[in-house]
Amino acid sequence: MPKPPDPSRLADTSDLIACASCDAVYRVARPDYGERTVCERCHSVLIAPRRAAGLKIIAVALAAVILIFAAALFPFMAINVAGARNAVSLLDAALAFQGGPLVFVSLVTVALILFIPLARMLLVLYVIAPLVAGRTPARGARTAFRWAEDLRPWSMAEIFAIGCAVSLIKISDLANVSLGPAFWMFAVLVVLVVVQDTFMCRWSVWNALDKATRS
Amino acid sequence: MQMVGMERAGQSHQILSARQMGLVACLRCTRVWPAGTSECGRCGHRLRSRDALSLQRVWAWWLVGVICYIPANLYPMLRTRTLFITSEDTILEGVVELAHHGSYGIALVIFVASVLIPIGKFLAIAFLAISVRRTGRQSTRMRHGLYEVVEYIGRWSMIDVFVVAILSSLVQLKTLASVAPGPASLFFALSVIFTMLSAQSFDSRMIWDLDAKPARKRAHV
Repeated sequence: MPKPPDPSRLADTSDLIACASCDAVYRVARPDYGERTVCERCHSVLIAPRRAAGLKIIAVALAAVILIFAAALFPFMAINVAGARNAVSLLDAALAFQGGPLVFVSLVTVALILFIPLARMLLVLYVIAPLVAGRTPARGARTAFRWAEDLRPWSMAEIFAIGCAVSLIKISDLANVSLGPAFWMFAVLVVLVVVQDTFMCRWSVWNALDKATRS
Repeated sequence: MQMVGMERAGQSHQILSARQMGLVACLRCTRVWPAGTSECGRCGHRLRSRDALSLQRVWAWWLVGVICYIPANLYPMLRTRTLFITSEDTILEGVVELAHHGSYGIALVIFVASVLIPIGKFLAIAFLAISVRRTGRQSTRMRHGLYEVVEYIGRWSMIDVFVVAILSSLVQLKTLASVAPGPASLFFALSVIFTMLSAQSFDSRMIWDLDAKPARKRAHV
């Protein structure tokens, strides 16, 4: 874009993009699919489009929603010591904190490992599905996408997975631990959450929402 | 318009911030608007060139986080009851116990997640919040890197809370053995949440503002 500078165009800021972490301003130069533009001074990713990202995000989100329900209800782990046996689901594990103020920890745990990941997937579906279908965005799509992005750091499925590994090793000396179907579903879920984050380009979604509402 | 840096290889403009150009950027959708715009026309997010109250919120969350971290280390995290003995372990006792049993790897994971990361985070956030007020010797890039590490790594402290959750639901073998969570789990979870909020309140654009000021001074001289 080697156009001569035109002072009157400063009023039109629609082709500018600012780095959210260091405030550097650039003119939008859309990279090819699979490539990404990075802020020159703080190296934050600005734009990272993927080919057919919308469809992939929908597929992954649907799979993740099913897995979250299944992983919550099926037995997750079972322990066996001298004939005494105990099997728990993910929901049992999250609700283990009982008695007075510790209930708060239970609520937080359920939220962090099940409800927030689930809510994010549903919000993303709500925002992306109409865009992919070429329709006008659903009502409140902007708010929905804002929430989905705000919840991102609070979705802690992958951290729970490390917690599982640590507890497995901690009790494997004392007891016989067996893994239930939900454990493997949860493992797949963790991978899906990470995969979805790589497909999701924030700038592209906002841009698409913008265009779809205007046309 | 030449001031606008473009993402092109081989070009090296001076990079300017939206603030320096008389613009204001939306933190949520990265759209840029003329200074003084109060709400982003694309995503509806509130626009503020720099968040003046950012540091106050950082320090407020930081302080509650530190306060919660103290009982989190004094109270027991786990109450283990077997046929003959009942034992209560704080975070550090749990780590020592694991190391005694020879599980050095796990002891290290718990030590890093529950002791090193939280304390490192407290120090790092305090350092960043102090350093945006004065020009330090540390490079801007280093401080920005530190901020990104703090934001990324903070969530991982939750590991210990999750381990307590799994153990105390799984190990319920009536008379043989049982594990119950201790009060420290509550304080620890709160401490992690508050420090995450503290890090999120920090407006990382302020790190780069200091860099811009001396450069402008030099240009005048």
